[in-house]
Amino acid sequence: MARSRALENLRICDFTGQLAGAGATRFLAAFGAEVIRVEDPVRQGMWDILRGVQPFVDDRRGIEMGGGFNNHNVEKYGITLNLRMDKAREILRELIAISDVVTENFAAGVLARMGFSYDELRRIKPDILYVSNCGFGHTGPYQTYKTWGPIVQAMCGLTFSSGLPDLPSAGWGFSYMDHHGGNFMAIAIMCGLIHRNRTGEGQWIDMACTEAGATLNGPALLDFTVNGRRMRRPGMPHSNHNQFPVMAPHNIYATEGSDNWVAISCRDDADWVALAKMVGEPWTADERYSTLHGRQAQEAELDGQLGAWCRTRDRHAIAADLQALGVPAAAVARPQERVDLDPNTSAWGLWPTVAHREMGNVRVDGLPVHLSETDWILERGAPCLGQHNEEILGRLLGRTPAEVAALRAEGVL
Amino acid sequence: MTGNPVATQTGTPGPLVGLKVIELASEYGAFAGKMLADLGAEVVLVEPLGGHHTRAFEPFLDDEPGPERSLWWWHYNTSKRGVVLDLQSPQGAASFAGLVAGADIVLEAEHPDRLHGLGLDHTQLRATRPELIWVSVTPFGRASDLPRRHELTTDLTVLAGGGPVWNCGYDDHTLPPVRGGGNQGYQTACLWAVSSALAAVLHREISGRGQHCDVSMHAAANVTTEAGSYEWLVANATVQRQTGRHAAVNVTQFTRTTGTDGIDIHTGFPPRSVAEYQAVVDWIDEIGARDDFADIVLLEMAVERGGVQLWELGSDPLAMEMFGAGRDAFIFVAQRLGAYEFFHGAQQRGLACAVILAPEEVFEDEHYVARGFRVEVEHPELGRSVTYPGAPFLMPASPWKISSRSPQLGEHQHLVDAVIEKG
Repeated sequence: MARSRALENLRICDFTGQLAGAGATRFLAAFGAEVIRVEDPVRQGMWDILRGVQPFVDDRRGIEMGGGFNNHNVEKYGITLNLRMDKAREILRELIAISDVVTENFAAGVLARMGFSYDELRRIKPDILYVSNCGFGHTGPYQTYKTWGPIVQAMCGLTFSSGLPDLPSAGWGFSYMDHHGGNFMAIAIMCGLIHRNRTGEGQWIDMACTEAGATLNGPALLDFTVNGRRMRRPGMPHSNHNQFPVMAPHNIYATEGSDNWVAISCRDDADWVALAKMVGEPWTADERYSTLHGRQAQEAELDGQLGAWCRTRDRHAIAADLQALGVPAAAVARPQERVDLDPNTSAWGLWPTVAHREMGNVRVDGLPVHLSETDWILERGAPCLGQHNEEILGRLLGRTPAEVAALRAEGVL
Repeated sequence: MTGNPVATQTGTPGPLVGLKVIELASEYGAFAGKMLADLGAEVVLVEPLGGHHTRAFEPFLDDEPGPERSLWWWHYNTSKRGVVLDLQSPQGAASFAGLVAGADIVLEAEHPDRLHGLGLDHTQLRATRPELIWVSVTPFGRASDLPRRHELTTDLTVLAGGGPVWNCGYDDHTLPPVRGGGNQGYQTACLWAVSSALAAVLHREISGRGQHCDVSMHAAANVTTEAGSYEWLVANATVQRQTGRHAAVNVTQFTRTTGTDGIDIHTGFPPRSVAEYQAVVDWIDEIGARDDFADIVLLEMAVERGGVQLWELGSDPLAMEMFGAGRDAFIFVAQRLGAYEFFHGAQQRGLACAVILAPEEVFEDEHYVARGFRVEVEHPELGRSVTYPGAPFLMPASPWKISSRSPQLGEHQHLVDAVIEKG
């Protein structure tokens, strides 16, 4: 199978799991880096709970059947090492000695307690880049506290700022910060490599997913530090409206049918004039609506009127008609609609099929960027537990098949 | 240096020092330029005559509009230098080409056809400089075979049409699904713009060749929905939104409550292990509330039987009862404490949970403060500094840093003059 050549000279000794960590090395693997997942044979790799969790391709269950795990670990190699045993720790030292990066997203201190602190890593390889990623990072008063996606999102402001007025926050209906934990971690790894390539110096990059998330709060942060305005105030958040910059109307409206919705954004007066002409009802001629300030001041009333107009119409037709007039609008897309029925995602090649040893051919998330010279390639599914023990220990560490078999029999692998 | 990851020497340059970036000012791509600039790249921001329209975006300093008063502009343009160019004029176009000739990366978010019409597109400017890296951030991508490439978007419509919005909202489906705040549609695309640019930089180090990185905001949203996409991809199943928890194919239990101070709490995952059940029993005793929680018997039974396994829940009704009692116990305790008191109490007992902080409260939380997340940036013309959000990760040998506030209009025009003199 083909591999991208963008990062083909890199080797990652990878302890990451879930999406928050695995997403980072997924990016590197898609661009051709040799990412070697190290998993614990005693616990059947189940530190990463997604190994055995739905969705499933059929009725089969177990540690090789988790659809999310496959999605997040495409193009990676997988080996097992029982790090409770000296022989396994020695093999890991050999692997680290020929790797560029060691990555993990355990709770703080776990890798060090396994005998592989940063000091030990750089004794093994002086210019090693070590990138750790956990919820609160490795320093500070909460360093021993535990997190996963929704906890991170709650502690960094992103849960609070997603919601409608006079209701509890809606938050994010998925682990948004697992995606961006992975994306920030990939950026951190590549920054560390660029620095190493220039200076010859490795380092320990300490990523706290809560801090990475807090950098995504947008201009609301300066509205507080400069103007003293808090988002924790009556009427806020109202995240289907737009405060920065103000746009109106700007909302998600119910349309014909059940649980059907359309998003409409009038960026300026020209968008409003086009929308008003298309709707053509008497209320659109209301003088108060002729300015942005007026529409903002009457936004609840305007939302009610536009909402009533949308309620009996088809969401796709509304969006298409507004787009034709130059007004941003989109039907709220269901999964099937954007995966199977959107000509743009298929033209992009956004849902490639990978081959998994047990699951067979499965579609996965592609990457939302194309590189003109060395684009990403996703063809291989996630590794089964220890799938590449023979290959990696043989090709990289010089063990014969008989030696690998003996290590397996001893419980080292 | 010891193993302490935050020991940093002051004055140490960031990891991207020496990398020259030309950024065309935009709403979509500004966050990508900020990340590159704060990581040490030398970013020159090119604005049209009269300034870019995002200078008119709220919020404003003291709520008074003005081209140098937009906090949106301040936030997204830190560490950049700024010049003004009229790309429509021959002289402006020549100056832009001159700036690009000395750059490693171009970052732009223009309409797919605009730059080509001006003779300034990547196909034109990279022809003589194959080592140049060119990053485009557009709503649907720039390739000519993409059918929706001319559609218009805002952050709201990107997230609505691209998938995330379907997953977010409330159990009550008569309420609209929700777009999360903070420009996440744009910022998601910008994270991919930065990561792909850095991949291109690393590849150029071995090959000497640059390339075009074509980022689609719509595609970025589509691959930022976790199970929303792969439940469909793998099992043709559709997730449904739920208040404050993951959208799912099957309804899941509530994970929220409110502390005595009115602050919301995410109660995390209920206890499962013996130690977790024992910790909750002890905690209820410590707050003297044993008599008020009838199901404490179930918690103690769970301790005696060795905890509860997730896989038992479907088949063992008693295990389900004990699991439910653990969840109820969390909520019972949380409703008797302040939010932070519950948070510390649970976390110190090894139980993951969270206070639902408003964005501004990260500046007041002791952990963020201790790790240096509050960053002071000088605004000399105001005679004071302003607090900005800090680093997304700590890298002591080459630290992230805001080197300066956002540029004022034409503040670094001498950079253009230097190109003209040279050319």
